[in-house]
Amino acid sequence: MSLFLIVALPFLGALLPGLMNSAGRAACAGVTFVVTLAAFVGLMTNLPAVAAGEVVSVGVDWIPIVGLNFNLMLDGLGFFFATLILGIGLLIITYARHYLAREDHMGEFFTYLLLFQGAMVGIVLSDNILLLLIFWELTSLSSFLLIGYWKHLPEGRQGARMALTVTGMGGLALIGGMLILGNIAGSYDLSVILQSKDVIQDSPLYLPALILILLGCFTKSAQFPFHFWLPHAMAAPTPVSAYLHSATMVKAGIFLMARLWPVLSGTPEWFVIVTTAGLITMCLGAVIALFKHDLKALLAFSTVSHLGLITMLLGTGTKFGAWAAVFHIFNHATFKAALFMSAGIVDHEAKTRDIRLLGGLRVLMPITFVIATLAALSMAGIPFLNGFLSKEMMLEEANHTTLFGMPWLVPVLATFGSLFSAAYCFRLIGHTFLGPVRESYPAKPHDPGFGLWGPPAILVVLVVAVGVAPFLATPMVQLVASAVVGEAGAFDDKYIKIWHGLVPALYMSIIAVVGGLVVLAMFKPLLRAWDAAPRPEAKTIFEALISGVVALAQGISHTLHNGAFSRYAAIAMITFIAVGYHAWQTGTVGEASRVIQEAGPVAIAGWLLLVAATIGLVLMHRRRLLALVLIGIVGLMVSVGFVYFSAPDLAMTQFTVEVVTIILLLLALNFLPKQTPVESSLSRRLRDGGVAILGGVATLILSYHYLIRDAVTGPISEFHLANSYKGGGGTNVVNVILVDFRGFDTFGEIIVLGIAALLIYALTETLLNGPVRARLLNRRPDQARAGDVHPMMMVVLTRVIMPVVLMVGFYIFLRGHNEPGGGFIAGLIVSIAVVMQYMASGFNWASDRVRFPYHGVIGAGVLVAGLTGIGSWFVGKPFLTSDFTYVRIPPFQEFELATAALFDVGVFLAVVGAVMLSLESFSRLARRAHDKDSDHPMDIDPSREDDAQAVKGA
Amino acid sequence: MSHWIILPIVLPAMLAPFIVLAARYHIGIQRVFSVAGILAQIALAIGLAWQAADGTVTLYQLGDWAAPFGIVVVADRLSTVMILLTSVLALFVLLYAIGSRWDERGRHFHALYQFQIMGIMGAFLTGDLFNLFVFFEVLLIASYGLMIHSGGNERLRAGVQYVLFNLIGSTLFLFALGSIYAETGTLNMADLANRVDLIGEEATVGIRVASVLLIMVFAIKAALVPLHFWLPSSYAEAPAPVAALFAIMTKVGAYAIIRVYTMVFPPELEATAGLHGLWLLPAALVSLALGAIGVLAAKKLDRLVAFSVISSMGMVMVSIAMFTQASITAALYYIVHSTFAAAALFLITDLARAGRRDLALTPQPVIAGATRTAGLFFIAAIAMTGLPPLSGFVGKLLILDAGFATDMATWIWAVILISSLVSVVGFARAGSVVFWKAQSIDPIDVEEGVDMTPPSALAYTAVGGLVAMLVAHTVLAGHTSGYADKIAAQLFAPDAYMSVVLDTPGKLSDGSYEDGEEY
Repeated sequence: MSLFLIVALPFLGALLPGLMNSAGRAACAGVTFVVTLAAFVGLMTNLPAVAAGEVVSVGVDWIPIVGLNFNLMLDGLGFFFATLILGIGLLIITYARHYLAREDHMGEFFTYLLLFQGAMVGIVLSDNILLLLIFWELTSLSSFLLIGYWKHLPEGRQGARMALTVTGMGGLALIGGMLILGNIAGSYDLSVILQSKDVIQDSPLYLPALILILLGCFTKSAQFPFHFWLPHAMAAPTPVSAYLHSATMVKAGIFLMARLWPVLSGTPEWFVIVTTAGLITMCLGAVIALFKHDLKALLAFSTVSHLGLITMLLGTGTKFGAWAAVFHIFNHATFKAALFMSAGIVDHEAKTRDIRLLGGLRVLMPITFVIATLAALSMAGIPFLNGFLSKEMMLEEANHTTLFGMPWLVPVLATFGSLFSAAYCFRLIGHTFLGPVRESYPAKPHDPGFGLWGPPAILVVLVVAVGVAPFLATPMVQLVASAVVGEAGAFDDKYIKIWHGLVPALYMSIIAVVGGLVVLAMFKPLLRAWDAAPRPEAKTIFEALISGVVALAQGISHTLHNGAFSRYAAIAMITFIAVGYHAWQTGTVGEASRVIQEAGPVAIAGWLLLVAATIGLVLMHRRRLLALVLIGIVGLMVSVGFVYFSAPDLAMTQFTVEVVTIILLLLALNFLPKQTPVESSLSRRLRDGGVAILGGVATLILSYHYLIRDAVTGPISEFHLANSYKGGGGTNVVNVILVDFRGFDTFGEIIVLGIAALLIYALTETLLNGPVRARLLNRRPDQARAGDVHPMMMVVLTRVIMPVVLMVGFYIFLRGHNEPGGGFIAGLIVSIAVVMQYMASGFNWASDRVRFPYHGVIGAGVLVAGLTGIGSWFVGKPFLTSDFTYVRIPPFQEFELATAALFDVGVFLAVVGAVMLSLESFSRLARRAHDKDSDHPMDIDPSREDDAQAVKGA
Repeated sequence: MSHWIILPIVLPAMLAPFIVLAARYHIGIQRVFSVAGILAQIALAIGLAWQAADGTVTLYQLGDWAAPFGIVVVADRLSTVMILLTSVLALFVLLYAIGSRWDERGRHFHALYQFQIMGIMGAFLTGDLFNLFVFFEVLLIASYGLMIHSGGNERLRAGVQYVLFNLIGSTLFLFALGSIYAETGTLNMADLANRVDLIGEEATVGIRVASVLLIMVFAIKAALVPLHFWLPSSYAEAPAPVAALFAIMTKVGAYAIIRVYTMVFPPELEATAGLHGLWLLPAALVSLALGAIGVLAAKKLDRLVAFSVISSMGMVMVSIAMFTQASITAALYYIVHSTFAAAALFLITDLARAGRRDLALTPQPVIAGATRTAGLFFIAAIAMTGLPPLSGFVGKLLILDAGFATDMATWIWAVILISSLVSVVGFARAGSVVFWKAQSIDPIDVEEGVDMTPPSALAYTAVGGLVAMLVAHTVLAGHTSGYADKIAAQLFAPDAYMSVVLDTPGKLSDGSYEDGEEY
């Protein structure tokens, strides 16, 4: 079967259990089993090729640009691991089917399990190391989901997060390491990398790459000091612990070390780091395991210890070490998975895993007893079981290893670790199964059905078979170990034997077993000493670390983002100034090319007014009405400035905009307090003032700089000046720019205006439907209201001048193309005419007389402008292409008709609509606030009958 | 004359006023037109992207005026991909807004939505800096309208900060444009590129200041620290579909930097040498880190997602700041990823609101539709934090790989990898509280007045669509990253673009200014 299919099957199959959850528990488990079996069979079809020493490989390009391709390869090592993963997977699925309780969501469980399985198979079959990374992280993620499977348990959630954090950290380090490795070797494909030993080891980046890769391996395989997550992962359901956290996932780190062994090992750095970490882990894990009362915790630490053992063997960098490591991987997978499943059975039947509450199960659960005992004895290193063989080889290798120049160090520590290993195995057997039957257990224990004990039994058969007849395993170990060291046939079969003669390893083994028994005999005093001794609790440290980091993060984040806008703005301003200053200060200031004009008395007067108004605004901005007046002065002076510099269009625009803005602001102020309260401290105001002055000075310098220099070549406005009449049909260049040369900008800007008005309307609408409504209803004006709100004089005046103003607007509109004016200004003027009616006679009266919804006016304006633009499509010209012609309709003189004028109509409508819609929005607020506003045009109306009443009403 | 290229702007610009004019009070009709409009946008974008795929640069002269005197709209590989991205995003977000009935909770949602799309499309297509300013205004004002859609005190407060900060940005934009015009006398990008070249080394301050002012304008939009302060509250408080649409808004800033700083102020330009290179990359790294810190520190799910946006923009900016072809390729790949991931996360956050009092990261009873929502959250979080197998990881690899050869490699790698870890921890903590810890809360404690209606099928479909885009972006990563590489190649050889823009004649091009002497 294609390697693609083998990897893909579990992933594709992962969909099935989730979908079939309603079909029942058996169906879920069944489909999972079938999928795994199919992958397993597919794998086995490749056995002949692999056994012949071939490397099966397939690949397709995925992301060639970064060298991440979907290349898979199957050699002895990959085959061995894949077999373990899928084979044990089959047993675990069977076991889990019977283990999970009725209320557990089975589909979810098997979906996660298959995801994990696929990822794991992916790791061991990857040829591309970036692809391997992907599968690597996927195992972390699926492990996260599986550990947290019982979501209601806090231990599950914490354990899941801890595992994800630690292995995730390793995974990220691994990304770095792999990228460096690939960059050194020039390829991310293992087939290339494995051939580049010298290049890699000579590279200055070898050490960083090694450290990063080992970080990944150590975290995954729970090596000291990252071992602490594994015991907490035991909050997962037991099948998960047996599968992920003893047989497969935690071996991924080991796998990777073995995979990269040919290129990374053999250096002093590798030897020291890996061997030391392995030794420490082995001893530490063994000692802690002895004192754990929870069966799964004991097994978890024993797993840590055995992973350390394997790591140490890989660290020695010798072929024999690799050989022993491979053999122990196999042996450990068999006996440890069997032990976990046995522990699960005990937990399942006795409803406790606490060794102190157990004992005497030999009688009650004979089958489980046999399985667990054989597996545990193998782990303890008792002859005729497979654990003995590989442990013997480990001790042999230890004897030949000199660390830190001390030849005794490794053998002593190895024996020490083995001794404790034997001790906890004996304790596991002795305290759980032997001893008297207790009066009471949390539940009455008895042997479970075949579904639960069958899978571990199969594994124990392997344990015994290999233990008794080691030659059965030799070809396999030979094949795998050759793949690790990268040389075919590098081993003969003399190593794997039960009897090696009276070698030191045998004595060490005997010491370990006897010592183990002695330690167990002294267990009670030892336990007391252990409990009394102060020990760092990894979980506490980890959680303190995480909460410390979180607190730090919160300190930084919440302090920085405290919601104070003035500070945000100050930071932004300072950034602008600082970066601008840096750019200025590193550049060269050229010669000035223009002469500054003399300032006439008019200019100086205007300038003084502007400055005075601005300073006044700064000083008196808390009095809002006054501030508005001062803003008005500033605006007017700007208009005057435009006039002074011969820009009448801009002046008119600025002037009308000022008028409309001030009126709208006055309306808004109506609903606001008359004074701005002091909200910031003096120091903060000083800071803000400083920033403002700095910004002002910077602006001044920059403006002055540009004012006295010409552009590098003639500006494009020269073209506009030259072609306004010829190409745009107008002599007013500003208007031609607005409606023709850059009509598209104007189109955008009227849309901005329209949106602004729609937005004000929508905002008012939401406000009126919210809590503001009640506040408006209960609002009392903070000043006495005028007795004559709508004075007759004003009403009459506004009515009279309205047609005049409209006429002016019309005139301004028409002359726009050639003289100062245009749709924008005309729109504002017409708006002012209408606004005056609102001011004179009140919102109610005026609103009732509005015939066109202002939304529609805005919409129509944008549509007219847009359609004018689209119109040019029909003559094959681009959007907004203008055309003009001169016509003569008697008795008039010849005049110009330009499509731009139609566009200007759109502008006009949009402006009118926008201003009026904003006004109407305010008026809605106002009407809500004092509903009794008169429906009459004026309060005192001599021609009205109910005159007196009206006055009262006001 | 093909008008297709202007349609992505004109279509929404016509549709929105039409909706205002004719369908103001009929949400059903608004929805039909809105969705139809976006579908048409997608068709247009596909067509334009197809046309640009072989490297063709298409020019559209508005008003028939030749550049640099009139405004031009230009479609090349980069801009067409961006409009395609925008329109696809817009479709799913719009479907969500309809499915979750967000569009009914205030006025003018669909009109503002279309205007917003118009602004974004215009920003991506225009070849003129002042026109870019206009479109920035359009999208700013429309986005403000969308942001405060349906009101609420917190939202209005955040909205004020949003619009004020961005108005500061607009003001700065005007300063920058004024400076650039004073220095060069033009605003067309291609023309500008030519003229900037003419500036001699004896008078560089003017253009140097102008160039940094401009990049800071774009940096505000791209939420680069320390100009990012507008983002967290406004994205967290905005209605979910709006926040999701905003995922593209930060990209507008990134796009503008890529466009202007590869063509007008390329890294090898002497006049502006040693400027952005100095601080852009460090600032981007700080953004990345600060975003991750914010993710870990967040006390509410929506805020967490907002900070993850800052972090992912940091990634984009790190990649852009290297200004090599490989790094721009990586940035483009990541931009697509980050847009879909952020949008999906904002919508999922909204799904998680069903049945919760608020989005505080405290255990509350199981939400309605918990399994589906949790699954989607898990996937989107994986994408956002850059864990395998989704596109975030691919993007991260591309960026790390592009950073390998730079002087700052150690910093880039360390910050990216550590920030990823911090984000992973942040997301894991949040997800475990919201989706797992909920299982331990007694459902009897469900308070009165909490709406337990599960989200609609349309809402799930929309989110599923975004997630599907992420998956597609991963599976087809070879193609998408390969195309990103082609885009980057086109950006680093801007001569073709410039000659199309500047050498195409327009109205009155029959001699009076063709030779450049007479005007």
